[in-house]
Amino acid sequence: MEFTIDFTKEQIESIEEILQKELIDMGVQSVILMDLAGNVIVNLDSGETDHDVFSLAALAAGNYGAVSAMANIIGEQEFSLLFHKGEEESIHFSKVADDLLLLTIFNKNVSLGFLRLKVAEAVKRIKNVI
Amino acid sequence: MALINPKKREVQVKIVYYGPGRGGKTTNLEYINRKFKKRILNEMVTVKTYGDRTLFFDFLPFDIGEIKGHSIKIQLYTVPGQVKYNATRRLVLRGVDGIVFVADSMDLRREMNIRSLQNLKENLESFNKNIFNIPLVMQYNKRDLSDEGIPILSVETLEKDLNSRLKAPCFSASAIRGDNVAATMKKVIALTVTSLRKKLE
Repeated sequence: MEFTIDFTKEQIESIEEILQKELIDMGVQSVILMDLAGNVIVNLDSGETDHDVFSLAALAAGNYGAVSAMANIIGEQEFSLLFHKGEEESIHFSKVADDLLLLTIFNKNVSLGFLRLKVAEAVKRIKNVI
Repeated sequence: MALINPKKREVQVKIVYYGPGRGGKTTNLEYINRKFKKRILNEMVTVKTYGDRTLFFDFLPFDIGEIKGHSIKIQLYTVPGQVKYNATRRLVLRGVDGIVFVADSMDLRREMNIRSLQNLKENLESFNKNIFNIPLVMQYNKRDLSDEGIPILSVETLEKDLNSRLKAPCFSASAIRGDNVAATMKKVIALTVTSLRKKLE
């Protein structure tokens, strides 16, 4: 399977607007929309963080692939919730389309339930743009 | 496929160092990381086993400036070379734009090189890519071992075994000394970027 994702400038701007409104304005630290090759498509942050997003995306793509392979071994198509919880910061993964992943980094001021709700909303809106 | 961001006018290019286990793929990246430190903003990422072998991949991103008004971000990856890690190798190959095949010049590794190249061909096919069409550079590594009296394969033998049909540009190298490491990397970047030029116009 190979894929090519070409985004226009307008599409990227629309996605940025969605992510800003749905996630960053709600207190999320940083969001990365990426493909499963590990490329960063859109990256936004609240201005409080300075993560190495390219390394994060490379590792996240690998991690997501590994977890999907684990799911297949036990007879699942995929795991619907992928979430790493840290003491201060956590990472949530959400599949947007076949080859697109949304990574959300948030701190303990944002609850997981609320975040999942907002991510689902953002994903729905992004799907309308792509 | 390289990712082009028309808003930021930025291109992300993925180059993968492939080859048999203990062939020097990670050593290539470590040398590049040291040599081009000034241009590399982030730390090299490695996912290793306790035995210091690459478990998942190494990752080294850096910028090479602008082409046709686009800033080019090169992302170098290695794969784990050991036979048993094929699932991980396939994950890393996803979306690859250019490949360096790092062959081990040691006499003993002749068969391993051939098998690894065959494995690369098969894995590329699973992504509908043809090894004959993708930008590829051959690197015959560990040439320095002959100085220590360790039997190594001649370049002619390596060419015949691995490159007789591919006819890819090749370099004799010593990753540990840094010989031809930069030349290999420059060549694969040049080939890959040339193949992208059309898309950038």
